[in-house]
Amino acid sequence: MEILDILLSANFWAASIRIATPLIFGVLGALICERAGVLNLGIEGIFTAGAMAGWMAVWLGAGLWGGVAVAALAGAFFGMIHAILTVPLGLSQHVSGIGVTLLATSMSYFTYRTALPNVSSPPRITPFQPLDIPFLSDMPFLGTALFSQTALTMLALFLVGATAWVLYRTPLGLAIRAVGDNPSSVEAQGLSVYGLRIGAIVVGSSIMALGGAFLTMSAFDAFFFGMINGRGWVCIALTVFASWRPGKALIGALLFGAFDAFQVRLQTEVGSFLPSQVYLMMPYLLSIAALIVVARKADYPKAMLTPWFKGQR
Amino acid sequence: MIRFEPRSNPAAFLVYGVPMLAAITALLLAAIPLALAGAPVFRAYGLMVTGAFGSVFAVSEMLTRATPLILTGLAAAIAFRAKLWNIGAEGQLYMGAMAAVAIGSGMISGPSWVMIPAVLIAGAVAGALMLIGPTILKVRLGVDEVVTTLLLNFIVLLFVQMMLEGALKDPMSMGWPQSAPVIDEAALPALITRMRVHLGLVIALICAIALAIFIKRTVWGFEIRAVGENAAAARFAGISVTKTMILVAALSGGLAGLAGVSEAAGTRGYLATDLSPGFGYAGIVVAMLARLSPIGVIISALFVASVFVGADSMSRAIGVSSYLADLIVAMSLLCVLVGGFLVRFRVIFERRQGKESHHGNP
Amino acid sequence: MPPEAKRPSSPNPADLLLSLAGITKKFGPLIANDAIDLDVHRGEIVALLGENGAGKTTLMNILFGHYVADDGVVLVAGENGDMVPLEPGAPQAAIDAGIGMVHQHFTLADNLTGLDNIVLGTEPVLRLWRDKATPRRKLNALMAESGLKVDLDQPVHRLTVGEKQRVEILKALYRNARLLVLDEPTAVLTPQEADSLFATLRQLAQGGLAVIIIAHKLAEVLAVSHRIAVLRGGAKVGEISTADADRRSIAELMVGRDVPVSRRSAKTPGKPVLQLEHVTIDRGDARRSLIDASLTAHEGEILGIAGVSGNGQSALAQLIAGLERPDRGTVRIFGETITDFDARKFSRNGIARIPEDRHHDGVIGAMSVAENIAIEDIHSTDLQHFGFLKFDAIRNRAQTAIAGYDVRCPSPDAPARLLSGGNIQKLILARVLEKSPNLILANQPSRGLDVGAQAEVHRRLLDARDRGAAVILISEDLDELLMLSDRIAVIHSGHVSETLPTDDINRSELGLMMAGHSRHSPDNGPAPEGTTA
Repeated sequence: MEILDILLSANFWAASIRIATPLIFGVLGALICERAGVLNLGIEGIFTAGAMAGWMAVWLGAGLWGGVAVAALAGAFFGMIHAILTVPLGLSQHVSGIGVTLLATSMSYFTYRTALPNVSSPPRITPFQPLDIPFLSDMPFLGTALFSQTALTMLALFLVGATAWVLYRTPLGLAIRAVGDNPSSVEAQGLSVYGLRIGAIVVGSSIMALGGAFLTMSAFDAFFFGMINGRGWVCIALTVFASWRPGKALIGALLFGAFDAFQVRLQTEVGSFLPSQVYLMMPYLLSIAALIVVARKADYPKAMLTPWFKGQR
Repeated sequence: MIRFEPRSNPAAFLVYGVPMLAAITALLLAAIPLALAGAPVFRAYGLMVTGAFGSVFAVSEMLTRATPLILTGLAAAIAFRAKLWNIGAEGQLYMGAMAAVAIGSGMISGPSWVMIPAVLIAGAVAGALMLIGPTILKVRLGVDEVVTTLLLNFIVLLFVQMMLEGALKDPMSMGWPQSAPVIDEAALPALITRMRVHLGLVIALICAIALAIFIKRTVWGFEIRAVGENAAAARFAGISVTKTMILVAALSGGLAGLAGVSEAAGTRGYLATDLSPGFGYAGIVVAMLARLSPIGVIISALFVASVFVGADSMSRAIGVSSYLADLIVAMSLLCVLVGGFLVRFRVIFERRQGKESHHGNP
Repeated sequence: MPPEAKRPSSPNPADLLLSLAGITKKFGPLIANDAIDLDVHRGEIVALLGENGAGKTTLMNILFGHYVADDGVVLVAGENGDMVPLEPGAPQAAIDAGIGMVHQHFTLADNLTGLDNIVLGTEPVLRLWRDKATPRRKLNALMAESGLKVDLDQPVHRLTVGEKQRVEILKALYRNARLLVLDEPTAVLTPQEADSLFATLRQLAQGGLAVIIIAHKLAEVLAVSHRIAVLRGGAKVGEISTADADRRSIAELMVGRDVPVSRRSAKTPGKPVLQLEHVTIDRGDARRSLIDASLTAHEGEILGIAGVSGNGQSALAQLIAGLERPDRGTVRIFGETITDFDARKFSRNGIARIPEDRHHDGVIGAMSVAENIAIEDIHSTDLQHFGFLKFDAIRNRAQTAIAGYDVRCPSPDAPARLLSGGNIQKLILARVLEKSPNLILANQPSRGLDVGAQAEVHRRLLDARDRGAAVILISEDLDELLMLSDRIAVIHSGHVSETLPTDDINRSELGLMMAGHSRHSPDNGPAPEGTTA
């Protein structure tokens, strides 16, 4: 019955949502890029850049929301590089994405090391604090699980709704869905394929960067080397799992967070007879399993990975 | 307005010159972060050159670093040739290293002419298996190999950690998570006494030449090229895309596995979780700089290795972060991508006619 | 010819809507458009006639802003009737000027509904919500007015080709097009669907719409247009009122030379080569499947497969090419039941396969001409020795093939992507026919080729038939089928009809069968015989 106890505790769900938050940002960002037809493997590096830049800005005194803005700008910068390489130049989205990840990661590490050459333990900032909303935060279960998260988690949840609204309820969303399905349909109607795709990648990348910022500004209070640790790649897998829908992205990220929180609790409370690494492998194995499950029926945006050149049909 | 017009047959000097130009551009671009970091730019470049080429020791260090890069570069080159996006060379490298250590640190023993081939084969097979799995998932179920191979890198590293705390733990290591040393018979011997450069380099060079011949002159190489350039047409012509992909996976994973053997049984002599500072990822850059040519991989691996070794030595001398090397390597990848575009397309600037005089149509 | 198709042959100059003046476009050394002039008036249907590669599509792409002309201007009637230049290279400007284009390959996003496809780009992009009611009202009115009926709420991928075309036309009308350009609109339609399209266009023209139809079939052009402009080699070589048109002189203008037409001679077919018995390949969607198909191809005959594209032809072709195995049913070759469906074995056992999409499935552009010729036989000991390629043998074979089939290429070592469409097809013919196959699968073998290359393909197929091979000719071109085939079967929604001797059927019967009617079904009168070229 210990398992049930875990599943019913508000703390467990609070942890699940906390773990899911950076993934929500990441999957939303990846989903926006892919809906417009471009795979963005820069995500791992963009997470790193967002984490470093956001933290660094706060550490230099920019304030927490200033840090969030700086992280988003860093994401937009690297997104723009990926966008230029893959959209007007039509280069391999795979290789360009890996290139952006290498660039963003090394640039973040170099900047951090240069700014803080000789620190033995990473300096800390005062991160986002749990919200204390009158009434809501005092509610029995949801108060702890949902309304005592930090503002960044609320931002992530808001972005899920906003992304869904934009994609399905606005002319812009219609155009983004069309450009990822058949760019020629967009050009024939007088809209700019390049404009839509570049815009989607830049916006998607800045949302990804917020996922990184959450790690250094809300989940932790410092920047570590290697702290992203594959979270970006997990998001790419979750995007497929979510069939490119914001609502399902939220569910996928939450399931993922819940599983992660669950195994940690199981390990600590029940005691472990397996090496700790087995538990640590779980998120990655789970991502691969999710991919395999949906692979057959995955309905990739039709024009994904296919570059498009002006005047082409 | 800017327009791109495809060149039907790009000139040879462009095709071969562009990677060099890309490397030089990346090196020059690195001056910006160097300057921003407040380092003496010219001195830093000088230190990098002497760090990589300044002495026999420096060259030996550079060649030692180049050895795994040649192998992972070849792994990426052959895979990318077939449009198999293997981003998992890092994991395959560790699997190869682990297999080599598993049988090379005392499980079996024999003379060198048995042991060295044995660890090489074990490592190559382990690496190959690591990639064959995702490849089968790709061709049979359509699971994107990019994500699976990437995620496997993390899984393998955790698996290595687990083994180093368990079955492969060195009882003499006093708590450090590392394996028992490879026995002398299984270790790749040094090429020059008191230098680190070892037999792995020779193996890597042989692999590069063999792969070049394989791709260019054999039926299987022909099929790999055909599948990579146009899988639909290759399939129509009767080439089994599945079999070809699995062959490519075996070769690519095997080469990455050999890189692991070379590091574990050559450079280090044991296995630890810091065996590779990202050789698998750097291999992608090496392959792209080489335009996926096996012989080109040798040259670009030497370039990337000198950047790493040079930057390390420069970092020790003037305290600039050695992440500068990663930055240069990443920038050369992006530069060579753009360069590749400029080889294929002519960029034409043209003025729109009639726009200024007659705006605002009905 | 219905009399209402005719209009006065000299239109009123005040109705001038579009004027192209001196349009010139070069692609490298190729002159795609050479100083072309063309005027179009309100209510007029102008046909732009020419072979493949004559420059029709390039001209329309310039008009629509996909390309920028090197020289010349596009003038469009402004509000007060003055002719004003159109901004080059800007599709939006063309749309704003009331030019609507229906491309040969539809520009529809498949996962979106018809309504979404039509509305796309017509609303301010940054608005926070979408208004679906107003467009729907306007479209319902448009559909009632023009007779172009479509279910607007279906995702486009569920629509038939004819319905997709209607969505494309509605797209233009919704944006208040004054000029509608249709690029080869009948290529994907049955003859009856084409007739109905023409009726719609005439009706729209009477309401004042100007129409440009790009076509390469003379008969269609004569049936629908008021005026014909003929392009050849990038230049306009003639312009004539349809009423005064003389079929023979226009054909000569278009082709510019006499092309010998191959005709089949009477021949008694031999024993069966390929037999399909109740074969089913189930791909979920009937239009991509083959359902309970039975078919026999004999030695020394050309068996034509007629049908509108996307009715199961690809499943049939994949089956005969050895790329797909049947879910049910039996396939026999020379009486022997086939169990091993493997493209390489099929090719080795004397089945020649000419793919539908020669650029995509036929050649590997980055590999050399010689390698592309050798590719099917690369495992044969003639071309390799212990796995090592015999470069001399590969090159010799290529040289023989290049000479025998007149493949124009810089050298056998040149990459195949440098070849023109016609030469790529010759390369494929050389590759598969050089081995004297018993069975030839020719899937759309002459589509998109110029007249000379088409004649060459036809001659090769007839030669193979006369030699005793069985040829299965899948084609959407009824003229080609009627000219070459000894017998014809029709494929519709995965079902293959009975096989009929070509001499016993006519064009309109075939058209009805292509639309899914069984033979001699009474519910539709025969189409006018005059549309046959």
